[in-house]
Amino acid sequence: MSRIREAFAGGKAFIPFITCGDPDLDTTLAAVKACAENGADLIELGIPFSDPTAEGPVIQGANLRALRGGVTTDKIFELVRNLRREVTVPMVFMTYANVVFSYGAERFISTCREIGMDGLILPDLPFEEKEEFLDVCHKYGIDLISLIAPTSQNRIAMIAREAEGFIYVVSSLGVTGTRSEIKTDLASIVEVIRASTDTPCAIGFGISTPEQARKMAGIADGAIVGSAIIKILEKYGKDAPPYVGEYVKSMKDAVRQAEG
Amino acid sequence: MTNVNGRFGIHGGQYIPETLMNAVIELEEAYNHYKNDPEFNRELTRLFNEYAGRPSRLYYAEKMTKDLGGAKIYLKREDLNHTGAHKINNVLGQALLAKKMGKTRLIAETGAGQHGVATATAAALMGMECVVFMGEEDTIRQALNVYRMRLLGAEVIPVKSGTATLKDAVSEAMREWTSRIDDTHYCLGSVMGPHPFPTIVRDFQSVISKEIKEQLQEKEGRLPDAVIACVGGGSNAIGSFYHFIGDGGVRLIGCEAAGRGIDTFETAATINTGRLGIFHGMKSYFCQDEYGQIAPVYSISAGLDYPGIGPEHAYLHDTGRAEYVAVTDDEAVNAFEYLARTEGIIPAIESAHAVAHAMKIAPEMDKDRIIVITISGRGDKDCAAIARYRGEDIHE
Repeated sequence: MSRIREAFAGGKAFIPFITCGDPDLDTTLAAVKACAENGADLIELGIPFSDPTAEGPVIQGANLRALRGGVTTDKIFELVRNLRREVTVPMVFMTYANVVFSYGAERFISTCREIGMDGLILPDLPFEEKEEFLDVCHKYGIDLISLIAPTSQNRIAMIAREAEGFIYVVSSLGVTGTRSEIKTDLASIVEVIRASTDTPCAIGFGISTPEQARKMAGIADGAIVGSAIIKILEKYGKDAPPYVGEYVKSMKDAVRQAEG
Repeated sequence: MTNVNGRFGIHGGQYIPETLMNAVIELEEAYNHYKNDPEFNRELTRLFNEYAGRPSRLYYAEKMTKDLGGAKIYLKREDLNHTGAHKINNVLGQALLAKKMGKTRLIAETGAGQHGVATATAAALMGMECVVFMGEEDTIRQALNVYRMRLLGAEVIPVKSGTATLKDAVSEAMREWTSRIDDTHYCLGSVMGPHPFPTIVRDFQSVISKEIKEQLQEKEGRLPDAVIACVGGGSNAIGSFYHFIGDGGVRLIGCEAAGRGIDTFETAATINTGRLGIFHGMKSYFCQDEYGQIAPVYSISAGLDYPGIGPEHAYLHDTGRAEYVAVTDDEAVNAFEYLARTEGIIPAIESAHAVAHAMKIAPEMDKDRIIVITISGRGDKDCAAIARYRGEDIHE
């Protein structure tokens, strides 16, 4: 079993997302530790990209702040090496295809393995294009995470059957960002996923409150939160890590309540 | 040329969020159906001829030919189309297709504003809602076109993210499409983005080379020796090249915007300075840094100010079938003024890049050689900016 699947073995998972280098890498280091200490089951580390087409304004802002601060892929690999001295929670990178392609797929993915990353989420790499990186991911034991969207319909079973690690279920149309209401019929999507695979699934996009997290974790195997955490980092800057920790704890408590 | 997965050699593909996959699959199926539908083709031809004013003229530029003293120069006058540029060819095709698909709303990105104006025009004609995304920087450079779009009933949204130019307008239009797919067609303006867009846009623009071939046959009884067009994403260039790709004797020359020079950071010459990457739904060449961050490109021309190039051009470059040269701001501005004075034709600053290259090579070619330059659009929109470039501040 991959380490990512283990993250779901102990009950409903809470998965925070942090953009590396926003506002700087020292803060990222402390914020990720705070996530791990406060019950995060899996952590998504964003490698910033200049043109993040799947992101709403909040995470776009984090990407730009991080890049302006001089963050690079190599510096983020170094951050992970430091993190892995203390943090044992499974971690995945979330970035865009060009960041991996441009670095060299083999070089990028072998480094992921070497520094202790467990998976890779690329929102601009759909099922039809996953061959681009899949063989190299398999070679180095890195799970290439599949996404399923509200518009996937007839594609859900096809994607789910070949999914590895966990399935990222996109809650709503559009880009990342907090939403007051999630209207998609996620229960039906999760039902098709469960009929096709035993790979766990977590819901992301638009979740910010403990109530939403509890509800989503009730439907799926976990909840993913990005923009709400980035907002905390944006508000408190270098002082954000304890606030991130506190928030993660409240969200983890909420998803636990979804356990039957 | 395209294989089943929308590849041109190694280029192309569908590198987009899962949310959009069913939308592009639906678009491909609809296109494959309608492109062979006689009724659809009759309607499109009628729109081309009666509404857009096709076929566009192939004009013998006699004064320019004599002045340069070499090859005979013909201008393919896409600037004479309704809305003043080649963009209308693609837009009429896509709007008609969208309408057949039951869509009621068109969204588009625009750089110089020509594609935005064309989309707003087609939307007005066909009774569809229209929203155009335009980099904030470009809304200032091309204020007149912003007004034209609003006059045509479109909503223009200035895009402030990133470099606030064409690439950011594309990103924002893609974001908008992921949030509203059911009733909305993304009317992409160039031969770029995910499959099937590079193929659809090329097919609708290929009318340019089809006409050049027929018109030159009639006038000269033969093929041209060279076809020259400017390249940003590359839609007027691929349209000008397409029916000549199989004619090995015809040189196909794409003119990229070098901005202040390909040895500076202020350039948009993708083939000359970029490298292979994945962005905006396609694998192709992109201006980017060593970590794959997309470079903030620059050109005096808002329409060529894009860090990538369509996948079919990348393939024609790989195979050596087409050549891609870089033309600086200075050279383009000189050509803009030259064509105005010599032929009484004010070309778009984008098209002036192609004119500039023809001015370099024509004098070295024999008098029995023939060059066709595609004048992709008219230059009225650029007059204020070129005046500013020459240090003269005029109000539009």
